[in-house]
This record gives sequence, structure tokens and C-alpha cells, in this order.
Amino acid sequence: MRRLALIVALFALLAPGAAFAVRPDEMLKDPALEARARHLSEELRCMVCQNQSIDDSEAPLAHDLRVLVRQRLEAGDTDLQVIDYLVSRYGDFVLLKPPFKLDTLLLWGLPPLALIAGLAAVIAMARRRSGVPQGPEPLSSEEREKVATLVGSDPSGP
Amino acid sequence: MIPELGHYALVLALALGLMQSVVPVIGAVTRDGALMRLANSTAVMQFVFVAASFLALTICYVTSDFSVATVYENSHSMMPLVYKISSVWGNHEGSMLLWVLILSLFGALVAVFGGNLPSTLKANVLAVQSWIACAFYIFILLTSNPFLRLAQAPFEGRDLNPILQDPGLAIHPPLLYLGYVGFSIAFSFAIAALIDGKIDAAWARWVRPWTLMAWMFLTLGIAMGSYWAYYTLGWGGFWFWDPVENASLMPWIAGTALLHSAVVMEKRNALKVWTILLAILTFSLSLIGTFLVRSGVLTSVHAFASDPTRGIFILCILVLFIGGALSLFAWRAPMLKQGGLFAPVSREGALVFNNLFLTTACLTVFVGTLYPLALEALTGAKISVGAPFFNLTFGPLMIALLFAMPFGPLLAWKRGDLYGAAQRLMAAFGIGLAVVVFTFLIEGRTAIVSVCIVGLAFFIMAGAVTDLIERTGLMRVPLKVAASRAAGLPRSAWGTAIAHFGIAVSLLGIIAAGTWGAERIVAVKPGQTLSLSGYDLIFNGLKEQPGPNYSSVVATFTVREGGETIGVLRPSKRSFATRSMSTNEAALMARGFGQLYLSLGDSEADGSLAVRLYYKPMVLLIWIGAVVMMLGGALSLSDRRLRVGAPKPARARPAMQPAE
Repeated sequence: MRRLALIVALFALLAPGAAFAVRPDEMLKDPALEARARHLSEELRCMVCQNQSIDDSEAPLAHDLRVLVRQRLEAGDTDLQVIDYLVSRYGDFVLLKPPFKLDTLLLWGLPPLALIAGLAAVIAMARRRSGVPQGPEPLSSEEREKVATLVGSDPSGP
Repeated sequence: MIPELGHYALVLALALGLMQSVVPVIGAVTRDGALMRLANSTAVMQFVFVAASFLALTICYVTSDFSVATVYENSHSMMPLVYKISSVWGNHEGSMLLWVLILSLFGALVAVFGGNLPSTLKANVLAVQSWIACAFYIFILLTSNPFLRLAQAPFEGRDLNPILQDPGLAIHPPLLYLGYVGFSIAFSFAIAALIDGKIDAAWARWVRPWTLMAWMFLTLGIAMGSYWAYYTLGWGGFWFWDPVENASLMPWIAGTALLHSAVVMEKRNALKVWTILLAILTFSLSLIGTFLVRSGVLTSVHAFASDPTRGIFILCILVLFIGGALSLFAWRAPMLKQGGLFAPVSREGALVFNNLFLTTACLTVFVGTLYPLALEALTGAKISVGAPFFNLTFGPLMIALLFAMPFGPLLAWKRGDLYGAAQRLMAAFGIGLAVVVFTFLIEGRTAIVSVCIVGLAFFIMAGAVTDLIERTGLMRVPLKVAASRAAGLPRSAWGTAIAHFGIAVSLLGIIAAGTWGAERIVAVKPGQTLSLSGYDLIFNGLKEQPGPNYSSVVATFTVREGGETIGVLRPSKRSFATRSMSTNEAALMARGFGQLYLSLGDSEADGSLAVRLYYKPMVLLIWIGAVVMMLGGALSLSDRRLRVGAPKPARARPAMQPAE
């Protein structure tokens, strides 16, 4: 993590200009191909940024990746091939949507599991409690006195 | 002298805090009224001293006293006054001072306005509040003292981070902290109830206004932060699933769940244990958020501090309070009696459904935010969890919850009639369906999911209106009767309908701006025209313009629609010499609820200028919706029943009062 911070700081130093995400000179002539490139860019992480896609990021690395994605597309790669290529080069870290595998089992599994477990708990609770009729909590002696003074009767009454 | 006074005031606040942490608890155990009442004065005085400390720091910033280290690091004598003031909390030390200022403010408010609380409960609440305050006073004094002096005062400061030199910094952090820290009251009430071992519907009625207030501020704070990011970061995004954003979203979701479960507890005396747990969890998530942002465990645009000793200190606070609270909960909660039976299909059941989905959604954000950190710490493997993950997991949970939302208020307490509710929602559903068909015909089959969600938003809005119509009997009784019923309707009922309406407004904005926006990224030369979504922008040229502590280049674009000039856009780039950084100031123009958004890029070699132009339809609805939600909360807060003062017995109510 600290290394990442360093890299970010370094890039901030190297790139003082407020360049911005996709630049006009990067864009492909073929609108269909460019649209695919943009779509892919949204799913890919700029590795020196904090949770930014390369489509959004101003970092020079994001620029390089955007150009790389477009080069692969122009060379005739399918979307899947481009992603596979980038993963083989940079690892899963480059994917903003982590792949489903052993490492990420809990990440993907926990939300649906929690929903099912919660639902089961609610149903179990409802079943268990429906059998036991419960009245309101009995009043404490303090409260009974208060009621009595309010009503104006003897607290020890019937 | 002034910084030393500020430092001393903070130490005095700590001394008072330590007293308030112990004495009222002893008083509560021994039933000694004098000891319990001590907390009233110490809570107010704590606030006075922290406010004095904060004022001292502000004076240092306003007078540009660069002998104080944090002022030197984060200020500049040429900055406009508003940024000099807001840079007080635009750094780690100052923002922690703001944190405790708000914490002590809430403590003082309980002391002043909590007159109708049972004395032992009040004493315990104020003591718990003081435990938290003391932990953070010690944290500030030991690791993040904002009043430290430099041996030799520099002549000029190092300037505030240019990204933070924005009105957003003046508003966003205070609002966010009012929300974050406001949940501490719910936490203190929960702990006090667990210590007391007694909890009833009245408890929920005391807790709800505080939670509602915190929730309102947090709603506005998150919306404000999102709008700030939208106009400042230059590409028109408004939510990035950045861990720091998630850190503020989690307490908001949990707080929303808490608001709803507290209703059940107040009205039906049910869900007690769960409400207590939620109160603990909500503030715990606020603490976790503080830890994530303040410890530097994440590095992002928001994290302007990173120092491991601080991280470990906050982690200790975290473990102490969350661990302690949950242990206390595990020990005492089984003693709390459950009350109020209800059928699965009922208002209570709907609120349980709400809580189930909100909690799962909150867990999803939690896992998505912390999983990469945990995985890297445990195995060294690095993964990213970004927007595509949350859209796939958080999205469906929210959609399911939102679809069910209009049904809840239409169900009766104890035993509801789902079929009847569905029947009454037929008109709303019809409106939603009509909108789906209409949008589908206009926009075509490219974004069928978005089209359906637009329909859902209209269904929710119409559902909220249906709720009000049902309660006032607008279609069945004479208008006059309906009007008097509307006036007699509890404000909290209006609040519910308005807040539910607001969330649909936001949803509409999010979907429309995300799906049907248009963009152009091109290089233009002076005199050239840019066209997008029926608007023509003529580039008039660039101009240099000096600012107080920066120099800027401003581009001027004349905007035309159908041949008529409708305005001028002036996006700019600012260069700050002191930090050799520059910022991008996008230019915005509202068209109805949509916006034209123009930001500048680099100048190209051939003299042309790269620009990004967006048209974002309905985008303003995102934040308008949040404001509507907040207004709903405010209306509910003003309900007689929830007023912080003693709920006086109702006088003769209007005869036509509908059954609730």
C-alpha cells in the first residue's frame, strides 16, 4: 500500500499538468471500434490510481493502457482477448470487476449468502415467536405508582 | 499565545471529559442526583472549551500565523478568506478537531434538550458520549496536535492543496461530520440502555430525532460531496465507489435501516434487540470510516494524511469501542424482552424486509471496500473492486428494495393486506408502466434495463403520492374534508412520503444521466464550432486571468441552441505556483434538469485546444432528490411526537383524523 502511495505521489510530481482522461488524439477513427474501446476502458483499472478506471484517469499510465487497448482492438482482438492480454501482463489487479475464483469466493459469495441467511433468520424467528403468545411487559412498581397518581386511585388497588 | 490557549482549552476539555466519563455513571449506580447532574454542566463546558480551541485554530489560519506548523503546511497568506477558514479542516489535524467539536456539540445538545430523559439514562448517555470524546481528545493531543509551533516561523505558507480550494471544502466536511458524529448519540443511547438493562418504546422515541438529524446531515453531506466531485474532477462522474466514498455511504445505509427499525420499536415495541444492534453498528461504521480515511490505509484524492502511528491509535479506539460495545451487547441483549407480535405481511414485516435488504447492501459495500485490503494483507494477492462489481451486487439489492418500498406505508400494523395494497398501487404501477412504454418508444431498445428503472422511479413517485391520497381520502371524500385531513396528518407521514419521493427523484437522475448522456472529446481552434445534442458551442479563444494565489487560463465558448445564443461557458485551468499543481475548473450550464458540462484539456501542438463536452440529461435530479429526502427528514423531525422537548398530551384532535 505504501508503495502505491509513493507511486501516486511520484506521478503527481511528474505530471503537474491537468491533462484529462481520454484525449482526442487517442481516439480511433472507426466509431464502432472506439465505442468498444471506451466500454472496455470502463472495466479496467488505472493501477496507480485509487479505484479509477483508465477511462476516467488522467495518469500517464492510463493513457498508455488506453492506447494499448486500442492497438489490440485494431489488430483484430476480441474484447475477451484484450482483457486476457492485459490480465496476463498486469494480473487481476487491472480488472475493476474481480474474476470469480478461490481468492474472491467470499467477496462474491458473501452478499447473496448474507441475504439468504438473513431471510432464514427472519423466518425462523417468526415461526418461533408465533407459537408463544406474549402480552405487553408488566409495569414496574414505579410505573404502577405513576399510573395510580395520574388516575388518582390507590396504587395497591385491585 | 493564541495557539497555546487553544491547546490548553483542549486539555481542559479532556479533563472535563474524564470527569464526565466516571462521575455520572457512579451517580447512576448510587442513584445520586447531584453526581448525575454534573454531566449536564460538564457536557456544555466541554463544548465551550473545544469551541474555544477550534476558534483559536481558526484565528491562526485567518491571521496566517505560519509559526504554527499546520497553518504553514496548509495555508497561504494570499488565499481568499473563505479558504483560509475552510483550510482549518482541510488537513488531518484540523479535521479531527472539527470531529471532536461536533461530538462535543451533540453532547451539549443532549445535556440541554434532554430534560425529559430519565435521569439515569441521561447520565449514562452523557458518560458514554464522553468516553468517545476522551478517546479522540487523547488521539489529537498525542498524535495530531494542530497547535504545534515551528522553531522558526517561515515567511509564507505552503498553500492548501489546490483541489481543496473550492467552496465544496467549506460545506462538505462539516455536513458529513455532523452526520457521522451525530450517530454517536444513537450509539451512546444504545450503550446506556444496555448498561441500564431496560429499554422500551420511549427509548426509541428519544433516539429517533437524533438519528434523523444525523441522517439528514449525512444525506446532504454525501450529496454535496458527490456534486463537488462531479464539477471538480473534470469528467462528469458523480460517484466512483472510491473507498472513501464508501466509508460515508455505509453509515448512511445503516442509519437509514436504524431509522426504520426504530419506527417499529417505537410504535409496536418490537425489534428491540435488533434496533440496539443497528445503533451500535451505525456508529461503528462511522468510526471505521474515520479510520479508513484518517489512517492513510487508503490512498486517494481524499486521503491527505498518512502516518502509521495515527492509524494504529485509531485502530485501538476502533477495537475498544466496537469490540466493547458488541461484547456488552452479547452479554446484556438476551435480557431485553421482546414484545409486539406481527404477521409477516404487515407494516412491521415490510420494515423488516427493508432492514434485511439495507443491511445486506451495507455488507456488500463493506466487503467490497475492505476485501482487497484484507486479501493483500493475508495473501499478498492484489485485486481491484470497482464500479462494475458494485453495479452487479449492490444494484440488484437496491432495485428489489426500491420496488417493495411503495408497499410498506400502505400496509397496516400487525396484519396487513398485501393484495389490498397492490390494488391501491395499481394506478401508480400503471403510471410506471406507461413511462416504460413511452421511454422505450423514444429511446429504443438499446438500454432496456435503464428504461425499466426509469419506470420504477415513476412507480415509486406515484406510490408516494398514492400513500398521501389514501391517507387523506382525496378521491373518495369531498375536497374540503380531504384538505382538513391532510392538515391533520402527522408530519412524519408527510416526511415518509416526501423522502420516498426524493429517493425516486435521485434514482431517475442517476439512470438518465448515466444512460442517455452524450459526450464529445475533440481538439478545437478559435472560431470553430462544437455540436452536441442540439447545442452549438463556438470557441472564441483563450485568455490569461490572474487569481489571488494562482494564475489561470480561461476559454470562452458561446453556446447556441437553434441559432439563438443562450449563454457563455468559461471553463478554465488554474496553476498554483506554490505547489506547482493545477486544477481544472469545468463550466456548467443548466438546461432544465440537464446540464452542459465543458472541461479543458491540454493545448495541442498545432495550437488547438482539447476539450471534453458532455450533455447530461436530468443530472441535477440526483442532488435535488437528496435535498427532497432531507426535507422529508426535516418534516418528520418537526412532528410533535418526535420533538426533542416533552411530548405534551394531545388536545382535542380533529374529528376526521384518519386511523393510523
